[in-house]
Amino acid sequence: MILEVRGLTVQFPTRRGTLTAVDSVTFSIAPGEVLGVVGESGAGKSMTGLAVIGLLEPPGRIAAGEVRLEGRRIDNLSHEELRRIRGRRIGVIFQDPLTSLNPLYTIGQQLEETILTHLPMTRSQARERALSLLREVGIPAPEARYGSYPHHFSGGMRQRVVIALALAAEPRLLIADEPTTALDVSIQAQIIALLKRLAGERGAAVMLITHDMGVIAETAQRVAVMYAGRIVEIGPVSEVIHSPRHPYTVGLMGSIPKIGIRQERLLQIDGAMPRLNAIPPGCAFNPRCPRRFERCLIERPDLLSAGTSRAACWLHASA
Amino acid sequence: MHLLKLESVSRDFDVSRPWLNRVVEREPRRILRAVDRVSFEVSKGETLALVGESGCGKSTVARLIAGLYAPTEGTIDFRGRRLQMIFQDPYASLNPRWRVRKIVAEPLRFLNGETSHSERVSQLLKQVGLSPDDADRYPHEFSGGQRQRISIARALAGEPELLICDEPTSALDVSVQAQILNLMADLQERLGLTYLFISHNLAVVSLVADRVGVMYLGRIVELASASDLFARPRHPYTRMLLDAVPDLGMTGKPRTPVAGEVPNPLAPPPGCAFHPRCPHANERCRIEVPRFSDGVACHAVEEGRI
Repeated sequence: MILEVRGLTVQFPTRRGTLTAVDSVTFSIAPGEVLGVVGESGAGKSMTGLAVIGLLEPPGRIAAGEVRLEGRRIDNLSHEELRRIRGRRIGVIFQDPLTSLNPLYTIGQQLEETILTHLPMTRSQARERALSLLREVGIPAPEARYGSYPHHFSGGMRQRVVIALALAAEPRLLIADEPTTALDVSIQAQIIALLKRLAGERGAAVMLITHDMGVIAETAQRVAVMYAGRIVEIGPVSEVIHSPRHPYTVGLMGSIPKIGIRQERLLQIDGAMPRLNAIPPGCAFNPRCPRRFERCLIERPDLLSAGTSRAACWLHASA
Repeated sequence: MHLLKLESVSRDFDVSRPWLNRVVEREPRRILRAVDRVSFEVSKGETLALVGESGCGKSTVARLIAGLYAPTEGTIDFRGRRLQMIFQDPYASLNPRWRVRKIVAEPLRFLNGETSHSERVSQLLKQVGLSPDDADRYPHEFSGGQRQRISIARALAGEPELLICDEPTSALDVSVQAQILNLMADLQERLGLTYLFISHNLAVVSLVADRVGVMYLGRIVELASASDLFARPRHPYTRMLLDAVPDLGMTGKPRTPVAGEVPNPLAPPPGCAFHPRCPHANERCRIEVPRFSDGVACHAVEEGRI
């Protein structure tokens, strides 16, 4: 396993009490594997990603659990040690490529700088590597674009540059947080294909955070569905999409419009995800759940085996 | 009998640099044609959707119809009494300093003067699935989905025949999107509304639309009934868009890799604007702008090559 996360809990102390944004989340990602993390806004998926790479904004903090990268614990490292690991072993791609690029430097300078910081190379070797990375992510005529600034590029091209930057130091783990959300469908398809190819070829582990189940279906092997800070279902992508086990996943899948299927109405989950300061006792989904029973109101379910997936739902409690 | 008819409507924007720069640097004026000879009709009670990628001019069409822009050329004929618009961002489209009561009653105040509208406001709020008590709250107390309901209540206040919905669910989570789409379908059935639905999301469009117009760089390249368009797309761009939608069914169907990007609208390619990305383009496509006829604007389709 490249990444192992166990019982990860992220809390925000506030004047009105402590809010738990991520609640005992456990998962792992193998080499070459893409794990999709899906959920609606506020479900805790981005927060999980930030906690893994140690970029939580204070006062947010990891209150419990551990994060291991290639067997080594990284959640308790000092700021400086973690910074070095982040650049060298973990690549990060955020939704908006402009925030990841410095507008004052050419993309060539930014790539060279990143490579020189992390790899023992001379400047000319770094330049060679930067050009080959740009070629690999599909930027036509990289020599001609090498001296261009980020604002010279279109959104799709910028996101390619960000991917090249994230890959610069040959990371073992790639965290992509909504990498295609800001892009048009045709560009999105190109970026998805690129991410998939890179994960396969380089044997890196990819944590793909998105709200778009379609992107996960195309890219990931396994998917974790998050709701109110917890993983409510995790399993092979086709299993979770075609036979979801948690009532929330069932509702989520039913509420996605699909091309080619005539339907008058979408399946609808009434209500909204609870705010962090109003998570109900028992299962957090119980007020919206069509299949709740007494136990759901009192006791919080852990992930239980359900077919080849695991779901945090009392419907799957054996006996 | 149409409710709305656009005939060869175009809209130009002057995006020239300031006068001094133009004089000093000897630059010509630069005109961006955001909408180029768009024609279509919408009949009463139907939903026409316009789809396309960012910058294709779909929102400009919406604004032209709403009267927020004047067309540079062409005519827009609206045969109804009123139309209203619903915007994408429910955070930006509601005045944060007004209570919901005042927001929803704004069209009523304009139409009927300063009488009491509280009964009508309660009724409107109930109609969109909110409680009459919500009238005394402020927009920030509501979630994105509830805010979009408030926008819909406000749009319905003046009893419009036509609602122009510009990406009404793009800012919402999928489960909330489902609630809003279901609500819009119910309202259409109950009130006999006509929708012009602008979206980039083909799956949403396939759910709500009776007819679909596909736009590319300011032009409509294909216009067909939703069932035909999704079952038998004709224009190469429509095919490409449909191919690019992530496949939730995980059928593993081979996908034609999409190449290239939308060109700069300031310097659109000559001939068919799609030709640099089109696998079927030939010499004629590079020179001659295809005419829109029989639901599609494509030389290859017209010549029977595809």
